[in-house]
Parts: sequence; C-alpha cells; structure tokens
Amino acid sequence: MTSALHIPARGTRGARRILLHALALVVLLVLLYPLAWLLATSLKPADEVLTSLKLLPGHLERSNYTTALDGVSGVTVTRLLGNSLLISLGCVLGNVLSCSLAAYAFARLRFRMRGPMFAFMLATMMLPHHAVLIPQYIIFNKLGMVDTYWPLILPKFLATDAFFVFLIVQFMRGLPREMEESARIDGCGPFRTFWSVVLPLTRPALITTAIFTFIWTWNDFLTQLIYLFDPEKFTITLALRSFVDQSSTSAYGPMFAMSVISVLPIVLFFFAFQRYLVQGVATSGLKG
Amino acid sequence: MTSAPRTAAPRPAAAPPAGGPRRRGPRRERQGPAFVFLTPWMLGVGLLTLVPMAVSLYLSFTDYNLFDAPKWVGPRNYTEMFTQDPRYWRSVGTTLLFVVVAVPLKLALALGVALLLKGMRRAKGFYRSAFYAPSLLGASMSIALVWRALYNDGGTVDSVLSSVGIHTGGWVGDPDLAVFVVALLTVWQFGAPMVIFLAGLQQIPADLYEAAALDGAGRWRQFASVTVPMLSPVLFFNLVLETIQSFQVFTPAFAISGGKGGPADSTNFYTLYLYERGFTDSHMGYASAMAWVLLVAIGAVTVVLFRTSRSWVFYANEGA
Repeated sequence: MTSALHIPARGTRGARRILLHALALVVLLVLLYPLAWLLATSLKPADEVLTSLKLLPGHLERSNYTTALDGVSGVTVTRLLGNSLLISLGCVLGNVLSCSLAAYAFARLRFRMRGPMFAFMLATMMLPHHAVLIPQYIIFNKLGMVDTYWPLILPKFLATDAFFVFLIVQFMRGLPREMEESARIDGCGPFRTFWSVVLPLTRPALITTAIFTFIWTWNDFLTQLIYLFDPEKFTITLALRSFVDQSSTSAYGPMFAMSVISVLPIVLFFFAFQRYLVQGVATSGLKG
Repeated sequence: MTSAPRTAAPRPAAAPPAGGPRRRGPRRERQGPAFVFLTPWMLGVGLLTLVPMAVSLYLSFTDYNLFDAPKWVGPRNYTEMFTQDPRYWRSVGTTLLFVVVAVPLKLALALGVALLLKGMRRAKGFYRSAFYAPSLLGASMSIALVWRALYNDGGTVDSVLSSVGIHTGGWVGDPDLAVFVVALLTVWQFGAPMVIFLAGLQQIPADLYEAAALDGAGRWRQFASVTVPMLSPVLFFNLVLETIQSFQVFTPAFAISGGKGGPADSTNFYTLYLYERGFTDSHMGYASAMAWVLLVAIGAVTVVLFRTSRSWVFYANEGA
C-alpha cells in the first residue's frame, strides 16, 4: 500500500489512483445523500414530498421556511436559536476554563496522589452519563434549578467533561518546558505562568475544546429534555421535537425546514473549523 | 508514549540528590497551587460524580417518586427487573443486538475508508473532513428525523427496495427492522474512528513495509503482518470507546420511535427505558437500579476488553 513498493507496472499506477478516487467519491456520495435529501425536502411543496422520488424539488416552496420561522407554541425560531446559543456559549466558557485549569495541574504540576487522580479522571470518561443522571436531577431539583439553564451550564464549570481535560493534558505535555522555566526564573508564580505563558501556547487545544463543546451542547437532547419545561426556554433541538409532535407527517416540508435551521450552526462551525475538529479527534486517539 | 523520553530527561537535572530533607521544600511549595488548579475538577468529581453515584446506589434500593421521601425496599427493584419485567429484558436484548451489529460495522467501515485514503496523495484533507462530517451532524435530532423519513413506509429506502422487488413496508414500522435504522445511523457516523485510524496508519514506519516487501510479502500479508499489529492499539482504543458509547445511545432511538421505543418496544433501548421509568413514570428508584446495572455492565465489558487485549494488542515500545 505504500506507494514506492508496490511494484506494479508504471502505467497501472495512475489508473489505480484514479480508481481509488472514484471509489472514495462514490462512498462520499452515498454518505452525503441524506444531507442533500434534507435540504431538498425542506424546499419541497407538500404534494411532492411523498409522491416523487426526485431529489430536486419541482418548484421551491419558500413557505416551508416562513412556517418554520414562526416557531413552536408561539415561541419564534430566533428566540429558540438564542436560547441554544446562550447555553452553548455558557458551556464553552465553562469547559475551556475549568478543563484547562485541571489539565495544567495534571500535565505540569506535581502533587500527592497525582497518578491515582489522573487514572480516576480517565475512568470517569468511561462512566455512563445515566449513572449520575437521576441524582444530579434530584440535586438540581432541590436547589430549585429545574427549568433553568443552570443544570446544563454549571457542570461544565466543574470540569465534568473529562474527555477535554485529557485532550488538553495531551497537548500540554507536548509543549516545551523551557518557556515555563524561564518564566519562573523571571519570577512568575504558577498562576502567572499558567495564564501568560502556558494558556496562549495551548490555544489550538482550547479552540478544539470550544468547538466540540459548542457542537455537542447544541446537539445534546437528553439533558435538555429532562431539565427544560417552559417552551420559552426551549432550545431549538427541543422545539424541533415538539414541532414534530404537533404536525402531521404531511407537514414534512416545514418540519425539515426547521431541521435545516437547527443544524445550520453545526454545519457552519464544521466548515469554519474542520481542521481543528479532525486534528482534535486524531490526537485524542493516538497518544493514550 | 511520546512523553516518556521528554519527562525522563529533565528530572535528574532538576533534582539531583533525590531523597533527603532537601526534597521536601520545593515539593511542598508546589502542592498548594496544584490543588487550587484542581479545585473545579475536584468539586465536580465530588458533587457531580461521586456523591451522585452513592445516592444512585442508595436510591436503587428504594421506592422514590421525587416528591415523597424514599422508601427502603431492599433489593426489590433488582429482583423485579431481573425476574418480572419482560420489557426490561427486551430493552437489554435490543441494546445488545444494536451494539453487536453497529460497533463492528462502524469500525470496519472506518478502517476500510482509512486504508482507502491512506494511499492518496491529493485531496486527502478534503476526504478526511468530508467523511468526518456525519459524525458531528448525526448526533442531532434533525438527522435522526431524516433517518426516520428515509426508512419509513414509502420513504426513499423502501421505494428503492420495492423497485427491485423487496417489499418491507418501511423499516421504522417493522419490529424486526426498526433497530437497524438506529444501527445504520450510528454506522453512518464512522468518521471519528476513521480519522483516528488514519492518523494511526500514518505513524506506521514505511521501512516496516519495505522489509516485508523484501521478504516477499504481498498486499494481504503486509496488511495482516504489519498494518494490523501496528494499528492494534488504535483499534483497541476505538473499540472500547465505540462500545461504551453504543451502550448509551439515546437521541436516535428517541427520534425514530417518537419517544416511545416502538413499534412493539423494538427500539426501546436501555437508556430509553431508563428515561421512561425514571422521568415519565416517576420510578426513580427503579431507574437508579437500571443505571447501576448499566454502570456495572459497561465496567465489566471494558474489563473483558482490556483482558482480551493482552493477547492481540501490540505495543511497539514494550519490548524495547
């Protein structure tokens, strides 16, 4: 498979490469079909959705989007998107702050029980969310925080996403120590060193953390389903679900227009940051 | 792996006379700040992980509906679950079937596409990102709804199958097929393990392949004797991660069954049933017992995977 060695005659090598690309493109087309279908259906008039198998709509039905923009139970889509945005940004801030603090301690500082605590941190990555779901719900219920955004955001300020602590630790371990040492010689305490030297160098890992947190929070369903009741506070994901419940299957067009609106931020994030995303995933799997 | 030489070098230089009273000074000085950095994490672990786990264990031996005080019932939730609740076993069966189907398919596809991309010089970055896209989108409610429509009666998949003479009447409404709709949606998101495989493939030194080729190994032999052993740690990482995640699948099951786990409980995945018992029926004790069984099951599966890994996962730096 490595090019130089596979000794097939020279002429076939170009052909082989074209074949590889053709194969990759076919797989890609099959994979992306559902996304094209989503976009096309969101623009189809009702009578075309179920009768025609053609991907492209006969004529563009813009009213699907105006219906979708009206939102659900009198709450506009703008409001719903704003709610999702608020929660996601809160979670991003929490994760970046708390996970980088913990990661710095694990990656660079020495303290008693570091080994066992690090191992424990890794183990919590494997802990099923459902094992703590009910007691967390009870705790937040006792604190009067159900039907507010606190149960969704607060845990992120306490570094509960061990995956990101691990990701940042991996990155920090690769940083050269010299800069920290010269900062210390210049009289920086650990906090100053962390804030002015280490954190700026860790930026790529922090960006990866921020993007993943944003997308995962935006997509998250179960936590929002449990904690939010007031339609005014709904996220776009929750609203999409009640939109489905309220409309019959004949209202496919507006439903998928709503779907498109709800995944749009993820798609935009993906296009803007795919390099960080792919890099982040690759490093998380390799250095464990 | 990579950090080993780096940490080994400065250590002797920083603290030459290991042991003795001199060592204590700087060490103690460093401990305090470390724990300040760790405060949020320790609070999180304590208040949102350890305490809830203990509470959940306690609640699993009680009757609790969130409003009245928990009533101690001993192991009744567990005995009811194991001996008197066919829906529980159905959800276990559905989840296991799903894990056994989706995880190997997903990993095989991920590895296959990674191998396909590895040989490419051009446009690799483009493919890598494009194949990764479903991994992010697939977790959303929207895409789960798309899947429901595609596999519904009269949906695209049904129509295509009908045109070649296979009449299913839609997978979503068929108790035997509905679980595979969720499985296919999961397999579709093979991008994340694919990216990890690809990064792993690129770390295999080219001279191993050269040596193998000189020894007369063909492509399959090279795959079996070089690629697979060198990739086994990455394969293991992906296997553990995907297995753990698959046990917890929720959103697609919820979307495809309209939140009810139907038809005939065929998509009532473990987590969906847990949600129903706990949050719809207010049987928090029963749901806690379910959560603990899930915790133990995932722990057990992980331990088994780690045990068997000793015989097939190969770490290059172990022998050296």
